[in-house]
Amino acid sequence: MASSSGPMTGPATAPSGSGPGRLTRWGKLLSRELTTVAITMFGLLAITFLIARVIPIDPVLAVVGDNARPDVYDAARLALGLDKPLWQQFAMYVGKVFTGDLGTSILTAQPVISDIKRVFPATLELATLGTLVGITFGIPLGVLAAVYQGRWPDQLARFIGLFGYSIPIFWLGLMGLLLFYAKLGWVSGPGRISIAYQDFVMPVTGVILLDAAMQGEWDAFWNALSHLVLPSAVLGMFSLAYISRMTRSFMITELQQQYVIAARVKGMSEARVIWRHALRNALVPLTTVIALSYANLLEGSVLTETIFAWPGLGRYITNGLLNADMNAVLGGTLVVGAIFIGVNLFADILGRIFDPRTR
Amino acid sequence: MHHFTKLVTASTMIALMATAAYAQTPRDTVVMAKQIDDIISLDPAEAFEFSGVEVGANVYDKLITVDVARNNALIGDLAESWTVSADNLTYTFKLRSGVKFHSGNPLTAADVVYSFQRAVTLNKSPGFILTQFGFDKDNVLQKVKAVNDTTVEITVSKPFAPTFFLNCLTSGVASIVDSKLVMANAKDGDFGNGWLKLNSAGSGAYSVRAYRPNEQYALEANPNWYKGAPKNRRVIVRHVAEPASQRLLLEKGDIDVARNLSKDQLAAVREKADISLVQGDKGYILYLGLNTKNPNFAKPEVREALKWLVDYDSIERNIVAGTYKPHESFLPQGFLGAITDKPYKFDPAKAKELLAKAGLPNGFSVTMDVRSTAPITDIAQAIQANWAQAGVKLELIPGDGKQTLTKYRARTHDIYIGQWGPDYLDPHTNAETFAINENNGEDAKSKTLAWRNAWDIPEMTKITQAAVLESDAGKRAATYGALQREHQKISPFVIMFQQVEVSAQRKNVSGWVIGPTSDTNLYAPIVKN
Repeated sequence: MASSSGPMTGPATAPSGSGPGRLTRWGKLLSRELTTVAITMFGLLAITFLIARVIPIDPVLAVVGDNARPDVYDAARLALGLDKPLWQQFAMYVGKVFTGDLGTSILTAQPVISDIKRVFPATLELATLGTLVGITFGIPLGVLAAVYQGRWPDQLARFIGLFGYSIPIFWLGLMGLLLFYAKLGWVSGPGRISIAYQDFVMPVTGVILLDAAMQGEWDAFWNALSHLVLPSAVLGMFSLAYISRMTRSFMITELQQQYVIAARVKGMSEARVIWRHALRNALVPLTTVIALSYANLLEGSVLTETIFAWPGLGRYITNGLLNADMNAVLGGTLVVGAIFIGVNLFADILGRIFDPRTR
Repeated sequence: MHHFTKLVTASTMIALMATAAYAQTPRDTVVMAKQIDDIISLDPAEAFEFSGVEVGANVYDKLITVDVARNNALIGDLAESWTVSADNLTYTFKLRSGVKFHSGNPLTAADVVYSFQRAVTLNKSPGFILTQFGFDKDNVLQKVKAVNDTTVEITVSKPFAPTFFLNCLTSGVASIVDSKLVMANAKDGDFGNGWLKLNSAGSGAYSVRAYRPNEQYALEANPNWYKGAPKNRRVIVRHVAEPASQRLLLEKGDIDVARNLSKDQLAAVREKADISLVQGDKGYILYLGLNTKNPNFAKPEVREALKWLVDYDSIERNIVAGTYKPHESFLPQGFLGAITDKPYKFDPAKAKELLAKAGLPNGFSVTMDVRSTAPITDIAQAIQANWAQAGVKLELIPGDGKQTLTKYRARTHDIYIGQWGPDYLDPHTNAETFAINENNGEDAKSKTLAWRNAWDIPEMTKITQAAVLESDAGKRAATYGALQREHQKISPFVIMFQQVEVSAQRKNVSGWVIGPTSDTNLYAPIVKN
């Protein structure tokens, strides 16, 4: 019994040990993680830089356009430092990144860092709501599928999972717009907020819902939410599919464990066995799954952002790539990489807290 | 956990039921959806892409402009009148009096001189439109002078055709900026370029209220515009990348004008009772460039054969209907000297005959670099099928725009399919690129389209260069006519179509006119009833 209730009682059964000893262990862990992060980030930087330089696109064209005269072209090439050897360009870039300077975007004529500050909240807003939708509907669906394994709820969950995973997101988005915006008029169309409201909310955090709520602009808040519902539902569909499939498989494993039998034998109600005991244990690996799917959405979903005219990170990077705006691409990729690594790290730590065995 | 779930479910339901949450566009505000991610800068001395130039056209005034309604005739804008000296070297402009910038500063000859000085000194992409008249950063203040507060004298380096010089003054790079305001925002000798990329300092119909790159720009009407206040109070242009989304927004009335609908979407909205279409000829020419470095394309018969081997009619009908019209010469309609001759049609028999004459009775294999975008890909595929009928095996190499362009500029292509847009409203812009190649070597200073296709034409180069010095407009037009007919026969360019820009608007919108260039897409006359 003690072993089976271990994961539930958490800190109470934490391994004994003096405070300072635990601290050093955490410190070691942290420094090891940080070294990994540093190496990964450097690798990411080097590879992205290399790819950016070997693709057969001339970045000067992004600055001067097709019709520019040779003298204008040469001047722009010099200004970009493209006449220097590759390693020197890389060294210069890395040096700048360390001082927090990601360079200036060619397309927007703004520092990349301020561009990202502007576009990231839009993606954050979308990804967070999308993940919430995924968790809210995905976990119960996965649990039901596992409990009624092989019966109709399982088939239904499988259908929804396959549907959400395999349906092209741009199609789902356009159909959603057509039905809920154009035909039924339940939600607002593409864009983050209707034009009539856009000057009411001053950007503070950049997350419109938060800004509107903090400034008490409730009309604008509801308007922004009605713009947000559809794209976040579309993204949520994708995340729901993944989360529900993973929940199902984790739950099936848990439900076969001895502690479940023990709990049932003890006469515990089936609902309590499933929701309090089995699911709680399944949540440990699920944290990682959810974190990864959240990180995926945080990269910005290019197709969703394009269809819903959502000025987010995914579109920013893609647009930069298509126009050979390499500072934007490098800066964006770096941020995405950092987010991915950060979320991963966070999930790791969370997993350790949830599951004493991994401490 | 349970409470949280309930909360999320409840708020989602509430949001779904927020039925009346969308708002119609305000009465006095015109809202457009448009792809504006091509904007690099709003500075008129730097903007050289469609959307950036279009903003400038609505924010700044120039000395001279064109009357779109009268076949692009030259008319005074800030210049009330002008004279040209007998030797065609000196132009004297008399400025309209009482014009004020948005800032309230009066517009004087000093602003004109400063505007020319900064455009020439910065010498960004469109800078050559002015510097080709002999201005550089060292001599510009001697060549462009303020005689008094309302008179400007400009001296050009050669006796150019006055139509040539004046046509160039109608382009965005010759916009007049508020010198006091720009100087106040200049940093490290950048002539305020950094600031003007995102802001405005003009005297035109609108001022830039807010511009967020890749997201939207908002323009505020200038009630004191010398032509009278615009018919609307604000124009908001939103970046909506996806044409299908533009269509939905338009149908729901969340926007007033959709600028980038595709052919199919235009056909669909045409049927709607509350939507109307507006169209205008654009200067864009769609053509194939045949690189004469390829030995097959060095043969004139092969080049001619391929011109007989494109099914112009069926491509127009099936792929580009309504968005392009057939056009086979290098000057678009609306330009001085443009011709309507269409000597070629689809004739595989004739093409085979010419190929046989060139020693290729069984055709040959060749590649084409194709930008993966509508309608270019579809046109390339149609041509592939057309050419197969005479044994020409065409392999399509897909790429993105910048990628195919990089190859084209390095002359490493076989065939390039693409568009060419005039840089300013004078025939020389296209004549220069299609019919001048001063030096066919790799070290050439001027890399025109003729150069990119390695077409060595010393004779035609001389004729084309002489045409800019012809002071008689009638004779000048005739020269371009003859030049184009010769060009149609021998050039390595298969010119196929001219672009027609179409936008769809709500029925209550009127007054929107699409001009021949982005410099003439004006928002001021747009009214909502």
